[in-house]
Amino acid sequence: MLHTINKSPFENNALDNCSRFLDKNDVVLLFEDAVYAAKSDTTKSSLIENILKNNKVFALQADLQARGIDELLSGVEIIDYDKFVDLVEEHPVQAWL
Amino acid sequence: MSDAHKLMLIVRKAPHGRIYVHEAIEVMFIMATFDMDLSIVFLDDGVFALKQGQDTKPLDMKGFSPSMAALADWDVKNVYVDEQSLKDRNISADQLISVGEDDETEETVYPKLVSSETLKQMMHEQDSILSF
Repeated sequence: MLHTINKSPFENNALDNCSRFLDKNDVVLLFEDAVYAAKSDTTKSSLIENILKNNKVFALQADLQARGIDELLSGVEIIDYDKFVDLVEEHPVQAWL
Repeated sequence: MSDAHKLMLIVRKAPHGRIYVHEAIEVMFIMATFDMDLSIVFLDDGVFALKQGQDTKPLDMKGFSPSMAALADWDVKNVYVDEQSLKDRNISADQLISVGEDDETEETVYPKLVSSETLKQMMHEQDSILSF
């Protein structure tokens, strides 16, 4: 399953809640304001660090660039819109709005 | 100036994902045309709006960096940012954009880092506060 998150982890607990429902082959995509979760050394970095122990995490390049986020947690994979479409084709989607 | 209405704008939302920061900047420029004691405060996710290196081209969206860089030119010089919010998000002071140039001293104006305690006091001194 593909879990998509689009809200900042600093103002919304979607990412934290989502992490309780991740099965072993599930992947997480961060886009829009959720890309702030992929920034290193913040008070919310541990959310993604914990998910990365068992699951893949992707972040959308266009949203990272728009927000000037260049210090990423290691292990987070940066993808473009084409890869986003591939992920949606490959998995059923759960959107944590 | 001491009699001027004290107005504070507080920006707490992250930029680009929603319209709040754009709206706040619009209101800043409108309020700057009145004779008010105007201050702008960025806290919580609002501090992300002040980070250098934002490039909205891939989103096909108009960014607001040029507007922010011109705030001081419109006499909006009291731009404050909450130190704790920056720290929580691993943003250092040297990663913040400038908000223009002081027309009297010709010095580049940067957002002023302030403690939550100082902000608390500033909030209490206002005649009105607008939140975004």
